Amino acid sequence: MSTEAASGMLTYRDAVREAMCEAMRADERVFLMGEDVGRYGGGFGVSKGMLAEFGPERIRDTPLSESAFTGAGIGAALNGMRPIVEIMTVNFSLLALDQIMNNAATLRHMSGGQFEIPLVIRMCTGGGRQLAAQHSHSLEGWYAHIPGIKVLVPATIADARGMLAPALADPNPVLIFEHGSLYNTQGELPSPPPAVDIEHAAVVRAGEDVTLIAYGGMLARTIEAAELLAAHDVGAEVVDLRVLRPLDDAGFLSSARRTHRAVVVDEGWRSGSLAAEVSARITEQAFYDLDAPVERVCGAEVPTPYAAHLEQAATPQAATIAAAALRTVGRDG
Amino acid sequence: MTATPPAFTPPAEPVPAHGVDLLRDMLRIRRFEETCAELYSATKIHGFLHLYIGEEAVATGTLRALGPDDAIVATYREHGHALLRGVGAEALMAEMFGRSGGCCRGRGGSMHVFDAATRFYGGNAIVAGGLPIAVGLALADRMLGRDRVTACFFGEGAMAEGEFHESLNLAALWKLPVLFLCENNHYAMGSALELTESETNLTLKAASYEVPAWSVDGMDVVAVEREARRAVLAIRGGGGPVFLECQTYRFRAHSMYDPDLYRDRAEVAEWKEQHDPIDLLAARLRAQDMLDDATLERIEAEIAAELEAAVAFAEASELEPVEDLARDVYAGDGA
Repeated sequence: MSTEAASGMLTYRDAVREAMCEAMRADERVFLMGEDVGRYGGGFGVSKGMLAEFGPERIRDTPLSESAFTGAGIGAALNGMRPIVEIMTVNFSLLALDQIMNNAATLRHMSGGQFEIPLVIRMCTGGGRQLAAQHSHSLEGWYAHIPGIKVLVPATIADARGMLAPALADPNPVLIFEHGSLYNTQGELPSPPPAVDIEHAAVVRAGEDVTLIAYGGMLARTIEAAELLAAHDVGAEVVDLRVLRPLDDAGFLSSARRTHRAVVVDEGWRSGSLAAEVSARITEQAFYDLDAPVERVCGAEVPTPYAAHLEQAATPQAATIAAAALRTVGRDG
Repeated sequence: MTATPPAFTPPAEPVPAHGVDLLRDMLRIRRFEETCAELYSATKIHGFLHLYIGEEAVATGTLRALGPDDAIVATYREHGHALLRGVGAEALMAEMFGRSGGCCRGRGGSMHVFDAATRFYGGNAIVAGGLPIAVGLALADRMLGRDRVTACFFGEGAMAEGEFHESLNLAALWKLPVLFLCENNHYAMGSALELTESETNLTLKAASYEVPAWSVDGMDVVAVEREARRAVLAIRGGGGPVFLECQTYRFRAHSMYDPDLYRDRAEVAEWKEQHDPIDLLAARLRAQDMLDDATLERIEAEIAAELEAAVAFAEASELEPVEDLARDVYAGDGA
């Protein structure tokens, strides 16, 4: 199915598709449902070709009814299926928020543990593509606020390929946020692709002087910032959160305790953000290990603008991340 | 604004042989609800409490048309549906009390009754929030090749919500086995139908999605059962969803908080005096020599004993330990 990448290489898009195909071949209960997932091939081309292999019963094009098809995913999961619901973008998911929040996240606890909802909801998130304020936001931090769901943010090809299987095996509703800027990124995976967990943060670059904590679309930019810092003789450790709910506290605290400094990078708005939560946990649990206040680099608090220079200014950049890191080591950014 | 009682033809059909059972079912709901109202006043039950008094024929008639493998999705006015579906009065009452012996261990309360054993999927306190779930339950049944129906109850107020329209369209498009049961009690909380719907003929809305749709006098339990059976038969035959509007009326206020200032007293009195589903059925049963005072007294005594036991069970049931607060937020939590 991998049509876009050279042999051995695959795109993030291919990785998600291959994960879905593998799951559907392995388990008849798995099916994909969403707007334009079939004949169109998915709004971002992720499910291209799947209709031909699996047919319209299992690759279900839906009307533009986010609430109904997300709720239908919940009902189908309650009743023996393993649905993958694709919502085209996170902004559209607001139309399904009632189902996600009031039903998917709630029914298990409210029913006294009688029901399981093994549902996976995938959606595109984030900006950087000049799509302006109704297609560009990063609301995964909002979703991470909700007890009862799990929130995954695959930032790498390996996670794009590997996270779906454990998400489908999980008896809880799992939301997977795919950053729109990642679909065309390429990488190489061994065959068979390695299994990954959906519990832990990962140190993706080692360093001694400062911990940079990022996730999703901001990870590559944060690694870029670490490279800029290396040029200033600052060793930056980069932690990929991978899972926003439940947060793996130990995964970022151990690094922050070691480097004594932390910068949290989040494309979402600063106020009440996921970055605020991570920052608070570091302050609560590692305060006496810190040599500097925790820094946050977040999205500007504006509706994401269309014009490229404005959108860029509204989004964390490698240079602004590096500048924040330099402040933590007492040097001007 | 007034809610005119339905202009259905007076029932000519004889009450079927199980007519006394229908009466018993309706009385069980009525007495259960009356008991809840008393216990609410006695501060044994808290939160919002929505009573089904006046609407008993709808749940009673429709649930008779379902089999044990079928599924039910209901609303926050669902005690009666749960009771008749087989959630025991004890577990139901303990839920009202917020006790660990409740069907949801006291997490849901009056508005959120669930029971996996009887395929009772709520209890949903978001108006129209249950409809997409019903579509999904039916979708799974269809994909897994099971011959099951999902009955989805909602009030006419839900028909102003987008989820109603999305769900009817989706169920019709995919020909899913859903029985959409509109309990039209004419008031969305305090707003009369005419104040909230540009088209008050509700079956037209459903029909616009190519869903077969018709109305029935929701105060006539025999008619409700007959039409529900007709609907379920059509659905089991693979014809896709059906919309059945049951025209009914709640005799009590919307909830225990509601001073009921928006309805004309005469209107309420007329419905109560002339259209009480229990009185209507009892009169027909007596006219057919199927009911006498002794039988009625025996039924009432049995129900009173059932409710007495339920209240005693609820009173004796332990509170869930606070240590279990976070249990079942996720699978495996504290289990």
